[in-house]
Amino acid sequence: MLKDITLGQYFPIDSVLHRLDPRFKIINTMLFIIMLFSGNHYLTLVIGAVFVVMAQMLSKVPLKMSWKSLKPLLPVLVFTAVLNLVFIDTGNTLWEWRFLKITEGGINTSIFMICRIILLIVGSSLLTYTTSPILLTDAMESLMSPLKKINFPVHEMAMMMSIALRFIPTLLEETDKIMSAQKARGAMLDNGKLMERVKAMVPILVPLFVSAFRRAEELATAMECRCYRGGEGRTRLRQLKAAKRDYISLIICLLFLALTVTINIIFS
Amino acid sequence: MAILKTEGLTYTYSAGTPFEKTAVDHVDLCIEENTMIGVIGHTGSGKSTLMQHFNGLLQPTSGKIFLENQDIWADKSRLRDVRFQVGLVFQYPEYQLFEETVFKDIAFGPRNMGLGEEEIKTRVLETAAMLGMERELLERSPFALSGGQKRRAAIAGVMAMRPKVLILDEPCAGLDPKGRNLMLSQIREYQKKTQSTVLLVSHSMEDVAEFTQKLLVMSKAKLFCYEDTNQVFRRADELRQLGLRVPQIASVMQALRKKGMPLPEDLYTVESAREALLTLLRKEETPC
Amino acid sequence: MEKIIKAEHLVFRYPADTEENQKPAENPAVLKDVSLEIEKGSFTAVLGHNGSGKSTFAKHINAILLPESGKMFVDGLDTSDETLLFEIRQKAGMVFQNPDNQIVATIVEEDVAFAPENLGVPPDEIRQRVDDALKAVNMYEYRNHAPTQLSGGQKQRVAIAGVIAMQPECIILDEPTAMLDPQGRQEVMQTIRKLNREQGITVVLITHYMEEAALADRIVVIDDGTVILDDVPKKVFSQVDKMKELGLDVPQVTELAWELKKAGYPISTEIITEEECLQAIENLYHER
Repeated sequence: MLKDITLGQYFPIDSVLHRLDPRFKIINTMLFIIMLFSGNHYLTLVIGAVFVVMAQMLSKVPLKMSWKSLKPLLPVLVFTAVLNLVFIDTGNTLWEWRFLKITEGGINTSIFMICRIILLIVGSSLLTYTTSPILLTDAMESLMSPLKKINFPVHEMAMMMSIALRFIPTLLEETDKIMSAQKARGAMLDNGKLMERVKAMVPILVPLFVSAFRRAEELATAMECRCYRGGEGRTRLRQLKAAKRDYISLIICLLFLALTVTINIIFS
Repeated sequence: MAILKTEGLTYTYSAGTPFEKTAVDHVDLCIEENTMIGVIGHTGSGKSTLMQHFNGLLQPTSGKIFLENQDIWADKSRLRDVRFQVGLVFQYPEYQLFEETVFKDIAFGPRNMGLGEEEIKTRVLETAAMLGMERELLERSPFALSGGQKRRAAIAGVMAMRPKVLILDEPCAGLDPKGRNLMLSQIREYQKKTQSTVLLVSHSMEDVAEFTQKLLVMSKAKLFCYEDTNQVFRRADELRQLGLRVPQIASVMQALRKKGMPLPEDLYTVESAREALLTLLRKEETPC
Repeated sequence: MEKIIKAEHLVFRYPADTEENQKPAENPAVLKDVSLEIEKGSFTAVLGHNGSGKSTFAKHINAILLPESGKMFVDGLDTSDETLLFEIRQKAGMVFQNPDNQIVATIVEEDVAFAPENLGVPPDEIRQRVDDALKAVNMYEYRNHAPTQLSGGQKQRVAIAGVIAMQPECIILDEPTAMLDPQGRQEVMQTIRKLNREQGITVVLITHYMEEAALADRIVVIDDGTVILDDVPKKVFSQVDKMKELGLDVPQVTELAWELKKAGYPISTEIITEEECLQAIENLYHER
């Protein structure tokens, strides 16, 4: 059932990583991604792995969860590996059949790429596991606030994101209900040819859109009634405040990045 | 004759997880044809889950459901047919309207049944008439109708399939008193005309008291009772213990009986109470 | 007594959306000369069938709609003065029918903080107001829940807290219980009465449920855009035939008393509770 889809991957426990200021977590994650992609030696992958293992342990998020975020991306991994294997043509040829050729360089690159992607996924999913969607939105708004100077609607974007987060479960539940209702009228939703299936979606999509618009209208009125007038002059209940641990985390990430860059220079 | 029967019907949500919850617990029921039945119980008592079993939207964890003595899960290819025979109208059904015209929307179910155009037309017109919808309304967009008319259009969409059993989940939610009464009378009219079984899920004791012959009471996933309506309200104290309300009249009449007034036990509507009181008061007058 | 809301000869019609509607005959006024004063700290119920204009009237109180002619004052402030808009909305908070469509945030306390945030209240004071508001509606222990985890009654109480956090003089509730089950309705009604009694907040409750209206100090019946009845609940409900003519209900016990009186028995028709009815019938019985 649609209801069973978990939204936002937030894993609500308490840990050092959970307590970090979300703004720092976003910056740290970005540094981590730069670190992974700037590295071009196996040793940099080891450093990346050390970083991920450390973060994973600090987050107290069970390993099972990391596997959960990895699993749906397995086909992508396999695809990347095969692509690298077949198309990279450097070093000794190990095996050849018609136009297919596997070389040492190909094997090397695919292993490197797979490791890099696995680290990327496991590492960056820790951000969403340890930060609630609403904090993420707050942090984005705060990080992007310099853009207000060039008239970029930062507050509006953040508001839209948080309203979307609020309404996705409601609309999923509604979809479930509409599907049941149409099934009770004999709608065939799960079989038939592609065109038939697309046509069968009409009785679901039309009511869903109608209801989404109605909700949007009612919500807008309700927001106006509660004196909403955009971001200007608005205060916040939750203030994001950087603590000592946030700066420490930033320094650690910068150190890891520096280490990666050093290794690159030494071994290039 | 029984139209719907359940044997040990049990349904458990998220079995095997910490969120495991038994929503329907060993329900044995035998529902007759040609009856108007009220279904009452708290939110979370399992009544909605039970209703969704009747037309095969949910499959029981254990136990069986029979429609006209046939196990509905014995042959899954028959399931769609079961949904045509047991019509289910959800709460706020107007949110399922989608066609360009009311006519087409009502025709959606019958068309899915594979009926011929003539038959579809007859059924749509007949059903619309039963619900008091004028013909010119049928050519309008369903989204242009008033709230009450939208609700009727959606209900008509299920009624037009001529199911042997029609289940309505709170068909009057959000309607004003006049709209509520009209809707219920029209549903009763439909029941009489089609000689089908109608299950009316409702929170309003006054409504079920006035419009139904039998009551099905669910409490904490179990079947509390399935009896004639007048029998159920005799058990006012038990109902109150379940946290259910009793019609005001039933309460007052019960209290009067406790104070020694010789009143019959099955008074739960204003008319019946009026008749009984007038008879009683007149009787008292004559000896003087 | 000080008047918090003052409506003077309000006339309103919705803007014409099609050409046909341009003619006045096709687009009749929804409000036709409504004048009404509401006292500070009172609890007023507004009744009327769907389309009577009662919701339209409510939307005039906090300047969502502005009258075509006539004036509306909230605490002496003219709603047609745009510079006063936010001051008026802060003074007169509004709660709507569907709790799902008025909760903005993904966490209960964040939602309650929404209005104070908009008003630019300092963070420490927001915290205080949020806690107080959640305690007032008895939802403090749910402050970190997601709204989707709550029942309808709980959601609606969160919506009320969201309005209370503005520290309004008056709250207007537009059919707040229409989508709730009996338990949710009871929770919401208890909350409303508590706010009215303990914090002296003026309450204007628009409803279809007579038993809710019976709890008010005063009932205003609106029909076809005009105020038809305006009195204490007992007096309003005792006009049973008038109420029925307007498409409204009266409590069952009131109707029974009225029926007995019509049959010639000396019984007061100003009966709205079960106890009063019981007492009156007992007296009638023993006096014979």
